[in-house]
Amino acid sequence: MIGQTILEANAVTLRYDGDQGNVLDPFDFALKPGETIGILGPSGVGKSSLLRVLAGLQQPSSGAVHIRGQALWGPHPRVSIAFQDPSLLPWLTLERNVAFGLDFKHQPQLSRAERARRVDEAIAEVGLSSARNQFPDQLSGGMAQRAALARCLAREPDILLLDEPFGALDEVTRSQMQRLLLKIVSDLGTAVVLITHDIDEALLVSDRIVLLGGSPARQIGEWTVDLAKPRDDDVSELGRLRVDIVSALRRASPAHHKDEAHAV
Amino acid sequence: MSVSWATADPPKAVPAGRPISSSSAWRAALLRQTIGIAGLAVLLVLWWGGTKLIAAPGSFLRHFSPLEAVTTLGRLATNSDLPIHVLVSLRRVLIGLGLALVIGVPIGLAVGRSALLNSATSPSFQFLRMISPLSWMPLAVMVLGVGDRPIYFLLAFAAVWPILLSTAEGVRQLQPAWLRLAASLSATRWETLRHVVLPGVLAHVLTGLRLAIGVVWIVLVPCEMLGVSAGLGYFILDTRDRLAYSELTAMVLVIGLLGFLLDAAARGLNRLVTHRH
Repeated sequence: MIGQTILEANAVTLRYDGDQGNVLDPFDFALKPGETIGILGPSGVGKSSLLRVLAGLQQPSSGAVHIRGQALWGPHPRVSIAFQDPSLLPWLTLERNVAFGLDFKHQPQLSRAERARRVDEAIAEVGLSSARNQFPDQLSGGMAQRAALARCLAREPDILLLDEPFGALDEVTRSQMQRLLLKIVSDLGTAVVLITHDIDEALLVSDRIVLLGGSPARQIGEWTVDLAKPRDDDVSELGRLRVDIVSALRRASPAHHKDEAHAV
Repeated sequence: MSVSWATADPPKAVPAGRPISSSSAWRAALLRQTIGIAGLAVLLVLWWGGTKLIAAPGSFLRHFSPLEAVTTLGRLATNSDLPIHVLVSLRRVLIGLGLALVIGVPIGLAVGRSALLNSATSPSFQFLRMISPLSWMPLAVMVLGVGDRPIYFLLAFAAVWPILLSTAEGVRQLQPAWLRLAASLSATRWETLRHVVLPGVLAHVLTGLRLAIGVVWIVLVPCEMLGVSAGLGYFILDTRDRLAYSELTAMVLVIGLLGFLLDAAARGLNRLVTHRH
């Protein structure tokens, strides 16, 4: 099994200092190369904490995360993470933001030419070549989030961890970003873990959907979405899955019932 | 898949405060400058009126008129040691500010980063900050001797507070997202400092520097009135002792002018850096 997965979580739990109980109950997870998993759940359920654990930004309280069979003790150079906030540094141009961190000590050592090539390709991949010399305050929200994605891609990661990256964007821009994500996955074959509270987003981009719910959070369902992408036209099959997911959510956390009904 | 949508959203309009590009912005700036110059002209007229119209003929005040001051200034600039005194004073200001930066920025970074250190130091800093630097003058001369060193100390002491406090405030206002980004890229402590913290607080440091320049320039002249033989403060006392009143007025003019230019330079530097923010 380990040979086929690049990211694996075994019985990972999470609790905060001083707190009595777990935030996250034992959680198992396996990501295959090139696969996109959507981790879905209501706001505040602990999805982002889980992603921080998968990214090595936070150690689990028990259990372990493995990347290609090796235990994870901190951020891994083959894993890139993007957040809802694009986190662009306002004093750097878009190009230098994308290059940010490529020359850090704990990153793989690259020649100057190789760094430039990666930055060029990443910027081209997200369609921002014409804006490369602009500063972040000159970019729209969608452009800034594309730049943040390019910064991830420039590191040529095996795994892309996305923490509600499109959550702050308007409907139209979000839909563009979802298509961009599909294009990136099909171009580069990167494996993706996408955290989202948007069921439709999860349905459009994921190969598998893991539903988190309850308190403490646990996996309350898993669906394989075996449809070709893009899936904008597969309304009936997606609609059936959607109903399944919504009712699983309702069963798991009646308290969240109302919120979810609005959110989806 | 087509990527035409990828460039669909255009860049936002350039926000105000960026380098002026359109002709209407130029006109507005020109208008502001003109009004400012007109204000200066009114000041000049008041000066002239006070010394020439209101003061009785033969009055002592008549020695301080603008015409005499400007004429004398022209003579001093070409035909005296004035340029040397100016350079000596500017060198002291630069050294004082340099010392204040070297001391204030690292302490400000530490204080801004640590709530404990901030609580521990805040009352002491507020206490020390409120002591006029000039009140240290006798002590500084006793400890550091006569000459430039007590002046460097006093100027640095005056300048360090605004720099330190601005830097600490800058660190507190660093966006957590930037630090999280650095962590996710496995940045070392030095890389986080060098690539995120320092550029992130630069605008605040420069604001502190501008405030410091104002304070230092005010403290400089009285500092130079004790135990030195060059500099603007020394020169002012010298003109008084020689009863050279038009030279004294010219020196007041020089001090104001240089202070104005220093402040303009600090503002220019600030704009140069922060227009990207």
